[in-house]
Amino acid sequence: MQDRKKYWRGIEELDNTPEFAKHAHNEFPEFLPVKETSAEGSLNGKTKRRDFLKLMGFSVAAVSLASCEAPVRKAIPYLNKPVDVEPGVANWYASTFYQSGNYNSILVKTREGRPIKIEPNPMSTLTPLGTSPAAQASVLGVYDHNRLRYPLIKNEEAEWEQVDREIRTALNNVTGKVAFVSATIISPSTKKLIDEFGARFNNFEHVTYDANSAYGLLSANGGVVPGYDFSQAQVVVGINADFLGTWIAPVPFAKQYIQNRKVTAENPNMSKHYQFETHYSLTGANADIRVPIRPSEEAALVTALYSAITGQGGRAEVPAAAAEALKAVVLELKAHQGRALVVSGSNDPGTQAMVAAINRALGAIGTTINADAPFYTKQGNDANMIRLINEMNAGTVGAVFFHNANPVYDHPLSERVVSGLAKVPLKVSFADRVEETSRYADFVTPDHHYLESWNDNEPRRGFLSITQPAISPIFTTRQMQDSLLNWLGSNVNFYEYLRLNWRNSISTEVAFDKFWEQTVHDGVLENGTTMLTVNNNFVAADPVAKPVSPAAIEAVVYEQVGIGVGENANNPWLQEMGDPISKATWGNYVAMPRSMAVEMDIVQGDVLLVTLANGATFELPALMQPGQARGTVAIAMGYGRTTDMMPVANGLGANAYPVATVVDNTVLYTGPVTIEKTGSTSPIAQLQTHHTIMDRLVVQESTLAQYKENPKEVTQYIRIATHDGPAKPATISLWDDYEYKNHHWGMVVDLNSCIGCGACSVSCHIENNVPVVGKAEVLNRRDMHWMRIDRYYSAVEHEEKDYATMEDPAENPSVIFQPMMCQHCNHAPCETVCPVAATMHSSEGINQMVYNRCVGTRYCANNCPYKVRRFNWFAYSNNEKFAAENYMMNNDLGKMVLNPDVTVRSRGVMEKCSFCVQRVQLAKLEAKRENRRPRDGETQSACAQSCPTEAIVFGDMKDPDSRISQILYREQGERAFHVLEELNTQPNVTYLTKIRNLA
Amino acid sequence: MQHVSPIREPLVTGGKTYHDITEDVCRQVEAGPNPRWAAGLALSLVGLAIFIYSVYRTLWFGIGEWGLNRTVGWAWDITNFVWWVGIGHAGTLISAILLLFRQKWRTSINRAAEAMTIFAVICAAMFPVLHMGRPWLAYWVLPFPNTFGSLWVNFNSPLLWDVFAISTYFSVSLVFWYIGLIPDFATIRDRATGPIARRAYAVLSMGWTGSAKAWSRYETVSLILAGLATPLVLSVHTIVSMDFATSVIPGWHTTIFPPYFVAGAIFSGFAMVLTLMIITRKLFHLEDYITLEHVESMNKVIILTGSIVGVAYTTEFFIAWYSGVEYEQYAFINRATGPYWWAYWSMMTCNVITPQLFWFRRIRRSLVLTFIISIFVNIGMWFERFVIIVTSLHRDYLPSSWAMFSPTIIDVGIYVGTIGLFFTLFLLFCKFFPVVNMAEVKAILKSSSEVTHTHAKTMHATDKGLNTNTDHRHE
Repeated sequence: MQDRKKYWRGIEELDNTPEFAKHAHNEFPEFLPVKETSAEGSLNGKTKRRDFLKLMGFSVAAVSLASCEAPVRKAIPYLNKPVDVEPGVANWYASTFYQSGNYNSILVKTREGRPIKIEPNPMSTLTPLGTSPAAQASVLGVYDHNRLRYPLIKNEEAEWEQVDREIRTALNNVTGKVAFVSATIISPSTKKLIDEFGARFNNFEHVTYDANSAYGLLSANGGVVPGYDFSQAQVVVGINADFLGTWIAPVPFAKQYIQNRKVTAENPNMSKHYQFETHYSLTGANADIRVPIRPSEEAALVTALYSAITGQGGRAEVPAAAAEALKAVVLELKAHQGRALVVSGSNDPGTQAMVAAINRALGAIGTTINADAPFYTKQGNDANMIRLINEMNAGTVGAVFFHNANPVYDHPLSERVVSGLAKVPLKVSFADRVEETSRYADFVTPDHHYLESWNDNEPRRGFLSITQPAISPIFTTRQMQDSLLNWLGSNVNFYEYLRLNWRNSISTEVAFDKFWEQTVHDGVLENGTTMLTVNNNFVAADPVAKPVSPAAIEAVVYEQVGIGVGENANNPWLQEMGDPISKATWGNYVAMPRSMAVEMDIVQGDVLLVTLANGATFELPALMQPGQARGTVAIAMGYGRTTDMMPVANGLGANAYPVATVVDNTVLYTGPVTIEKTGSTSPIAQLQTHHTIMDRLVVQESTLAQYKENPKEVTQYIRIATHDGPAKPATISLWDDYEYKNHHWGMVVDLNSCIGCGACSVSCHIENNVPVVGKAEVLNRRDMHWMRIDRYYSAVEHEEKDYATMEDPAENPSVIFQPMMCQHCNHAPCETVCPVAATMHSSEGINQMVYNRCVGTRYCANNCPYKVRRFNWFAYSNNEKFAAENYMMNNDLGKMVLNPDVTVRSRGVMEKCSFCVQRVQLAKLEAKRENRRPRDGETQSACAQSCPTEAIVFGDMKDPDSRISQILYREQGERAFHVLEELNTQPNVTYLTKIRNLA
Repeated sequence: MQHVSPIREPLVTGGKTYHDITEDVCRQVEAGPNPRWAAGLALSLVGLAIFIYSVYRTLWFGIGEWGLNRTVGWAWDITNFVWWVGIGHAGTLISAILLLFRQKWRTSINRAAEAMTIFAVICAAMFPVLHMGRPWLAYWVLPFPNTFGSLWVNFNSPLLWDVFAISTYFSVSLVFWYIGLIPDFATIRDRATGPIARRAYAVLSMGWTGSAKAWSRYETVSLILAGLATPLVLSVHTIVSMDFATSVIPGWHTTIFPPYFVAGAIFSGFAMVLTLMIITRKLFHLEDYITLEHVESMNKVIILTGSIVGVAYTTEFFIAWYSGVEYEQYAFINRATGPYWWAYWSMMTCNVITPQLFWFRRIRRSLVLTFIISIFVNIGMWFERFVIIVTSLHRDYLPSSWAMFSPTIIDVGIYVGTIGLFFTLFLLFCKFFPVVNMAEVKAILKSSSEVTHTHAKTMHATDKGLNTNTDHRHE
C-alpha cells in the first residue's frame, strides 16, 4: 500500500480548524488580510491626515487617468503587402451585374480589397452611362451578414464534403425527372455547364422561369426579346411596358430612349411617347401622353391598334378613355413608318403576336428593331414551369434544383409548388439564405454573391461581358457552377471551365491568353461574337389578343424599380429609396385612384382586406395614386417576405404574387379582387407627402412647339422691380461676390433627360456613407437622402386658383421629376446663420459642412430654402436601434462597405451634399502629381456618374471648354434656370427646363 | 399712521405702518412653511422631475427624441425659448423703465417680477443649449481663444447675437435684482433668531449697514443699473426676433419683427406677472401691498401691448398681400387656413380678442377675470411663437419638402418640466427671500397720501431721497 502523501496549502489546512473548513471552498478568503499589513491601522479609522491626502490624491489621479483612456482601435498593417493593393488607393475591376432582366456592365471600386462602390463601365455600349439603382445597391449584398455562411442539410449546418457526398449518392440513385429550375441565365458558359450536368440523366429539364415573366413576348418572337432600339424611334407607344424602370433591359433602354429626348436650340426635335398603362410607372411618368387603361381594356386597345395599322383583325370596342389618344397614336404611327415602335408588357401571347405584327407593319424591323441583336435578358417559359409543377405533384420528379428561383414565394401557384415539393425526393437550393423555397430543400448549397464569382454574360446577341470577382468569398459558400462541376465529378473549377469554353468558342487573332486578359480587363467584348443559344420551346400564338375578363376591381401586380421581383428586399438602400412615383418606402400598399377611395370611403393609410378570386386574403394599407386607372388597384411585388434571414424586409407589406392568375399556362399579372376596410390603419412612409407644385416656379416645363417657336421663351425668369426697371435678382445684392481663382465647381441637371429612376440617390447614399433610417424614421420625415428626386404631379385644372384645389393632383396627372441636392449657393443662407461657422464656402464654390465644428443648432437647415440639409437626430452607427435597417453601420461585416474617404457622422451634426468633395480632391491630387490641370470629366460626382441618361453633368465652370461650361453657355437665357432665383442665393446648380412633346 | 387720501387711491392699503410692512413681508421668511406653499412646491417638484427625465432622454439618445424632422428643425424648443424670454421681460421693464419713469406703484411688485425674470431667463436659456445636437460643445458659441486653429465664432449669425443678448440680459437682471435685495436681506438678518438664518442672511446682505452713505450708493447703483437695463429690455427681444427676421423663410423674413416681438414680450411678461401676483398675494396675504390698483395698471399695459401685437398680426397679412410675393402670401394664408389653423386662431383669440375685455373697468378690476385672461394671454403668446416657427417652416419654398410637426411626449415633458423648474425656483424664492421690496414700499407709504396735501416740492424731495424713510429699523 502506498503512502498517502498529503500536501497542504498552509498551516491552517493542516490544523483543519472549523474556521478554515468553512472557507475552504471559497476562492478568496472572506476577510482579506489587509488589516495585518497596515500595522499602523490606517484603515481602522485612524488615518493620518497626510496619509489621507496621499490616498486621496492617488485615487483622484487614478480615476481621472482611467477615464482618459480612449478605446483602443487597431489598424493592422500588411505583413506582406499584396502586389496591387495600395492602402488608400482604389482598384477598379470590370464586372457585370445581372438580375431578373436588369443588366449592367459595371466597374467595381475596391479599397484595400473590399468592393465599396459600383460604377458604370464606359467601355460597354449597352450601359456606358449609368446604372440602375439595384446595380448600385448590389454591392451591399456581399456584406449581408444574413447570408448563409455554410451549406445546410435538412436546415442543419453541414460540411461541404458531406453535402457533396450525399448529393452525389442521391443523384446516382435518382429515378424520374431531374429538373433544374432557374431564373433567366444569360451566361453562355453556365448554360453549357447546366446542359452537361443534365446530360448525365435520362430525363433532365432546365426550366427557366421569371418571377416577372415575359413569356407572351418571347412566344411571339421565337423565344427572344426583339432587339428594340428606342434611339431610332420618333414615336414610341408603350402599353403597360415599364421599359425605363423594370421591363426587359431598363438601363440600355433608358440610354436609347433618352437620345431622342434631349433637345437643343439647334436640334429641337424629340420623340413622341404615348403610354397606355394601368398603374403609374416610371415610364408613364416620362411619357408625353399617358392614358390610364384597365387590364380588361388592353386586349381591345391592342386589337384596335392592330386593325388600324395592319388592316387585319376584327373591329374592337376601344375603351372610351383611350379612344381619342388611340386616334392620334394611329396617325402618328402611320406618319412615322420605320421610325416608330410599339412595345407591350402584356404576358398574353396573342396580344404580343399582334404587337409584333404591328411593328412589322410599321417597318420597325431593321430600324427600331434590330433583328440581329435580340435581347436575352428574359427567357422564362411559364408553360414549362407550370408543367414542372404538375409533374412534381404527380410524383414523377426525382430531383429538383433551384438556382435564383424562389417559386414558393413568387409563383402564383405557390401552394401547388409546396405540395409538389413534398413529393420530390431530392431538393437542392443554391439560395444564399433560407428563404421561402430553400426552407423546403433537403440541401441548401449557398451560392456566392456575384462579386465573389466568375461568370460570363450575353444580355444581347453579340454583346458579351465578363463577371469578375472583386473579393474572395467571405463565407464558406460555393458558386453554383462549382457545385455542379463537383457533382459531375469534374476536377476543374468554374473559372477554368469558363476560360476553356471561351477558348473553344472564340477564335481570336491574338494569343488567347492576351485576349482573355484584355477581355477581363475591359469587362466587355462587343465585336459581334455570340455564344449563347436560347431555345425554350416557345410556341407562337395567333395574333388574337385574349381579353382579361372585366371585374369590379381589377388588380395588377407590378415590379418596383428598386426592390425588383423581391431579390433586393433585404437591401436597406433600395428600401429607403422608395417607389419613384409614389415615393413610398419600406413596404407595399394598395395603390388606388382617388375616385375609388372616395366611393369606398377609404383614406390613405386605411388597412384594406384584399380578397382574391380563390378566396385567399391579405391586408395592406391604401395609397392614393393619381393616374391609377379607374376601377383598378396596383400592388408591388417583392414584399411580404417570411424569412428570418431577411431582417430588413421582414414584416414589410404583403406578398402580391398570389394576385397574379394563370390562364392557359401563362401567368398574367392581373386578377380580380375585392376590397374592404378592416378599420385599422397603418401609415405609409412616403419621402414626399405633398405632391403638387402649387403653381410655383420651382420646376419649369414647356412644350416642344413653344421651344421650336422661340427657345428663349420656354423658361420664365424672375425679375425684381427696381427704380431702373426690372433687374435680374443676381444684380441686386448687398454682398460682395466670391472670386474663384482656380476652379468653380458646378452642376447642371437636365430635367428633360432625368427619367426619375433614383440611381443617383442610391449612388449618393453609398458614396457618402449616408445612413438609412428605417420606416419609423421616414414616417417622422427624417430620411437622410443627400440627394432626392422630387416628384410633382400636375394639379387639377381649375378656373379659380385657390390653394385648396392646387393641393389636389389631377386624376391623370403629368409628372415632373426634379433631382434636388445642395445647391451650393454662392450667397448661401445657411452659411450666414451658423453661430460657429461650421458651414462655409470653399475657394472653389463648394458649400462645405465641417462636421467636427457643428454643434447642431439646425438653424442652417431651417434657413435652407431648398431643404436639403439633413440632421443626425440619433447616432445611426453603432446603435442597436438601427441595427437592422442600417446594418452597414452597425455590424462589422456591414461596415466593410463604407467609403473610407468619407466620415461617418456622429449624432447631433448636420450633413448634406458635398459635391463629392472627396472625389474632387482626389482628381486634383492626381493632376498635381502629374503636374497638370485636372481634366474635364476626370472628377464626377457620384450622382452624375451613375445617371443612365446623363441628366446630371458635373464640372468646372471656370474652364471654358468643360462640358458644363458649354452647356451653360448654350442654354443661357433658354432652358437654364436656378431654382428660387429671386432669393438671390446664386446656386452653383443649374437646371434645364423640361420640354414635353405635346400635340 | 398712514393717511388715507379721499381722492387718490393709496398704493398701500390697510393703514399699514412701517413696522407692519416689515412684519408682513418677513413673516413669510421667518415662519414655518405655509401648507399651501408646501403643496405648491411638491407639485412643482413633480414638474422638475419630469424636466430632469425628459432632459436625460434628450441628452442620452439625442434630439431624435423630439418630434422635429428634416423640414421643421425647430418647434417646441425655440417656441419655449422665445416664450420664456418674453415672460422674462416684465421684471426688468417694471424695475428699470418704471423706475426711470417714476412709476411708484411698481415698488411692491418689482421684486417678484424681477425674480420671475431671472427664473424665466434660466428656463429660456435651457433651450438654446438643449436644442443643440451636441450640447456638450455649447461653449463653442462663445468667442474664446482656442487651439482649434484659432477658430472664431460667426459674428454674422443671429444665434450668436442671441448668446450675447441673453447672457448680458441675465447678468444685468441678476445684479439689479440682487442689489435691490441687499437692504431687505439686512432687515431679515437683523431680525433673525436662528444662527443659520442669521449667518446666511448676513452673507447675503454683504455687510449692509444702512448708513446714509450706503443708501446713497444703493440709490446711485440702482439708477445706473436701471439705465443699463432699459435698453436691454428692448434689445433682447429685438435680437431674438432677428433669429427669424434675418432668415429667408417666408413668415420669418419680416422687418416688423423687432417692435412686434418686444411688444409681445412685454405683453406676455405682464400677463405672467399678473398670474403670479394674484397667486402670491393670496398665498402670503399681501393684498394690502399688491392692490387692485396694481392689477388695473398692469391690465392697462396689457391692453396697450396686446393691441400693438394685434396690429402687427394684421400688418403682416397686409404686407404679404401688398408684396405680391407668392411664397409670402401662401405662408400667411396657410397660417390662417392650413393644417395648423387651430394654432393660429388660438393665438388670435387669446392675444387679440381677450385682452380687449380690459377696456371694461369691472373686468380690469376683477381678480378672477384678470387671472383667467392672464392665463389666456400666456397660452396665446405660446401659440404665437409656435405659429411663427412651425407654420412658417413646415411649408416653405419647395412643396416636396412640406411636412407636419407633432410633438412627442419628451417635447411636452421638457415644456411642462420648465414650468416645474420655474415654479420650484419661484416658490423657493417666495419662502426664503423677501417677496416685496420692503425698503422701497416704505418709501411710498407716506408719499402716496402726501401727494394731495403737500406741495410738489416736498413730494420731489421725498421721491428723490428714498433714504428719508428707509431707516425702518428705528420705527
